[in-house]
Amino acid sequence: MTTPEAATQGRSVLQVLDVTKTYVLEGVEVHALCGVSLDVREGEMLSIMGPSGSGKSTLMHIVGLLDRPTSGQVIVEGQDVVGMSPNELAAVRNKQIGFVFQSFNLLARTGAQANVELPLVYSGVSGSERARRAREALDSVELGDRLHHTPSQLSGGQQQRVAVARALVTDPAIVLADEPTGNLDSRSGVEVMDLLQKLNASGITVVVVTHDANVARHGQRIVELRDGRIVRDEAVADRLNARDELVQLGMNTAADAASLGARP
Amino acid sequence: MNLIESFRIAIRALLANKVRSLLTMLGVIIGVSAVILLVAIGAGVQGEVTSTIEGLGSNVLFVFPGVMDQGGGGFGGGGISRPFTMEDVQYLQLRLDNVDAVVPMAQSSGTAKFRSASVHPTIMGTTEQGRLVTSATLGGGRFYNRSEADAAARVAIIGYTVKERLFPNVADPIGQVITIDGQRFTVIGWLEKQGGSLSGDQDNQISVPIGALQRLTASDRIAIMLVKVTSINDVDLVRAQIKRVLAPRFGDQITVFSQDQTLGIFNALLGTLTVMLAGIAGISLLVGGIGIMNIMLVSVSERTREIGIRKAVGARTYDILSQFVIEAVMLSVTGGVVGILFGALGATALSSLVPTSITPWAVGIAFFFSAGVGVFFGVYPAWKASQLDPIVALRYE
Repeated sequence: MTTPEAATQGRSVLQVLDVTKTYVLEGVEVHALCGVSLDVREGEMLSIMGPSGSGKSTLMHIVGLLDRPTSGQVIVEGQDVVGMSPNELAAVRNKQIGFVFQSFNLLARTGAQANVELPLVYSGVSGSERARRAREALDSVELGDRLHHTPSQLSGGQQQRVAVARALVTDPAIVLADEPTGNLDSRSGVEVMDLLQKLNASGITVVVVTHDANVARHGQRIVELRDGRIVRDEAVADRLNARDELVQLGMNTAADAASLGARP
Repeated sequence: MNLIESFRIAIRALLANKVRSLLTMLGVIIGVSAVILLVAIGAGVQGEVTSTIEGLGSNVLFVFPGVMDQGGGGFGGGGISRPFTMEDVQYLQLRLDNVDAVVPMAQSSGTAKFRSASVHPTIMGTTEQGRLVTSATLGGGRFYNRSEADAAARVAIIGYTVKERLFPNVADPIGQVITIDGQRFTVIGWLEKQGGSLSGDQDNQISVPIGALQRLTASDRIAIMLVKVTSINDVDLVRAQIKRVLAPRFGDQITVFSQDQTLGIFNALLGTLTVMLAGIAGISLLVGGIGIMNIMLVSVSERTREIGIRKAVGARTYDILSQFVIEAVMLSVTGGVVGILFGALGATALSSLVPTSITPWAVGIAFFFSAGVGVFFGVYPAWKASQLDPIVALRYE
């Protein structure tokens, strides 16, 4: 595990410069973001925290190129993405960014492997190579035995693990997780945080957006938003390790023991 | 991403949503098959009647007592007139030149029995010259001859249906004795299958000498005389001659129709039928179209989220559109082809009851309308969704 100091000294993968986002709702202007600047370093695990309405989800959507800022700059891997066409943005999302959503956002009635293959389909990877990489990704989230289960046949925790596999299958520069534990029970939540920490340990930059201070403490750095402004940006002193928590929660079943034991 | 990949994605999406795919196809299938079937019936009946009348030959004149209003297409009009009798037939025959035959026709219905089997056919009465003005062909035996006709002999030529029903176990009905309304008739011939028509089942008929029919019905009335003109060039001449010859007896209460005019009357009648059938078919098409539209629109919210997911993981607008266009085209074309098959099968199956004839333009219109509705409502919402920012599509409720 890299130390926070080491992480913050890395190369910048993502920069947000003075970004604002203003919605007009029924004629009233709502300022979701009022001049936010942020620098995400390569290999870092960053938590963006704040209560609902603080603008943290808006920030993540802008950072993930799902939404456009009203003003300001977003620089991904050295490229300013704000002026890009929708298709150029799609290519950046496809190659550089992996998403994990609160509501999973998997394709309904579609098997786990097909869901994980989806980003590879749009980057033109051949069928056999796609299948190989999707299986590999599902193996790494302990779902190698559920390749053809559809979302409705999987528990919430398993669905979120499929989503994590989909996020990492393209080998992105950065994985963005929006309330990844929001729809999960506490144990499944910790399991997902464990996966994200493992992902981060393998060198992928991870940004987690959450309202939950405990979830945020899994990162190395916490940025706190309130009313569209950053009010705190500091390293985490007492970082939580999801694997330790799992041990504390107890290995309830033999299957859990086996799956934990199987981890590198 | 290439086109083959787009096809794979579309097929995968269709298979993942089997119920939705089937329901959409059902709309196309119903619309297409209903139109094909109904128009086939209309066209089939019209074709059958036309060919029956044309089968009589274009040099046959139809002579009716009374005045018929040709323009109105109805048979109801007319002044007061007495029916023809055999005496009128002979009177006319003696005074006409340039004709092959003057054939009287009368018809009635009756019950024909053979052992325990019985049928209720139309009984046609005519002379030995009747075969000159009919399109039916003998399947076996012979027609009655002049002496039999003159003597009102109890001989009968039975239609195909009558033969099948009365003689299911008899290989050759010739020479068998049947009863018609209690009177004994000897079967001397049977007719090949002709098929049904508007005027009823032409195969469910028995033809007897007209004198025998008149004895059966205890009536000397003759409904119509068919005049076969020797040369087609003389048709107008003979028509005028008929009117002139019959004027002393009937005054102007005589109608002479050529084949063209008779066809005109039937076509006017059948045109109404075809318009009615086309109207019903149009409603089917509309209902099918609304079905397609509903399925497509109901699934917009789910599909919009799907588009959001696909865009989030890197699908370009082109990728989304090609997927949805291919999906919609495949569904519509498959549905259309299945609909054509069903329509054609249905038309074939029905052809034993009603004449049917599959019309290419009906197939074309039905197919392109249904497929068009399918493609439009499949692609338009998808096109709208593909223009949204991914986050808006993802949040769509």
